[in-house]
Amino acid sequence: MEKKILGYVDGRLKESERLEVEKHLAACAGCRLRANEFRAVSGLLDELPMIEPSEAFDLRVHARVAAEPLKQSWWAWFTSSPRVAVAAAMLLLASVWVGTHSTNNQPQIAQEDIPVLENLDVLSSFDVLSELPPPVQADDGGQQQNPQM
Amino acid sequence: MLDVKAGDEQSFTLLLYRYRSPLVNFLYRMVRNREQAEDLAQEVFLRVYRAREDYVPSAKFTTWLFRIATNLALNSVRDTRYQRMEISLDAPVMLDAEDGEEKTLDVAEKHPNIEQHLVEETQKKMIRHAIEKLPEKQRAAVLLHKYQELDYGEIAKILQCSESALKSLLFRAYETLRVELAPLVAQHGK
Repeated sequence: MEKKILGYVDGRLKESERLEVEKHLAACAGCRLRANEFRAVSGLLDELPMIEPSEAFDLRVHARVAAEPLKQSWWAWFTSSPRVAVAAAMLLLASVWVGTHSTNNQPQIAQEDIPVLENLDVLSSFDVLSELPPPVQADDGGQQQNPQM
Repeated sequence: MLDVKAGDEQSFTLLLYRYRSPLVNFLYRMVRNREQAEDLAQEVFLRVYRAREDYVPSAKFTTWLFRIATNLALNSVRDTRYQRMEISLDAPVMLDAEDGEEKTLDVAEKHPNIEQHLVEETQKKMIRHAIEKLPEKQRAAVLLHKYQELDYGEIAKILQCSESALKSLLFRAYETLRVELAPLVAQHGK
């Protein structure tokens, strides 16, 4: 019953609960007295006046809000500053151009090497090579490759 | 709040206008210091502003708002519990004015009925002190229940307890107030 007395006093009980409490109060002098005292306490609490926030309150809140760092997404950062966006776009284009240019050079070097590789037969029957002194340290594989020596 | 979340600054001003007085009053009655109460209320609004983008309307806005305020108030009360000055019984009689300024009682003050005025002020002071003496959680429950008129479910969410535990908390608080204010209760009950 103690959990319902306050609800009964401030009128927050459901209809069925209110009727149940009223029925109990009619038979219980102690709870009836308690309900009256709680009603008196509630009335006393009503006597405290409200205070008004100071005149500078709103200004202070707005000042603190204005001092907050802006929380923006990276895309919002670009859209809010077109110069930065243009600079970033230029940088991106320059990076792409440099990247493309440097990769175009590599195949040219490879193509220049190909004729040398294609003439391996010429290189193997090159007389100057056969006149060279034998290697100081030759492994087995090297000996097999030079059976004449 | 959803308009504030969408970036509408004017809606934030409306929220401020709507809730500044209830918040400042609640916090003032929790911490019993006007300047501190206003600082805490500003902090509440700042936190609301910071959290606007992450706000999900899973509960009533007032529940969320007073949950922030209650947590700040409870932390503040606990931090300053041992720092608060005891009021000396030998100190000159002061009127604890509700406008936040402590006024020295001026007997020559022009008032239509000075005796009646004194009785009323003494009565208000007793009520304020009775509320102040409640344990913090009970005090918060009484203030949210009595002055903000929030329902039991909302208060339970703010104080992070069950509705049943909240009702027991409120019953104990009213019991304490009934005893502390016994002379006034007897008078008021007549």
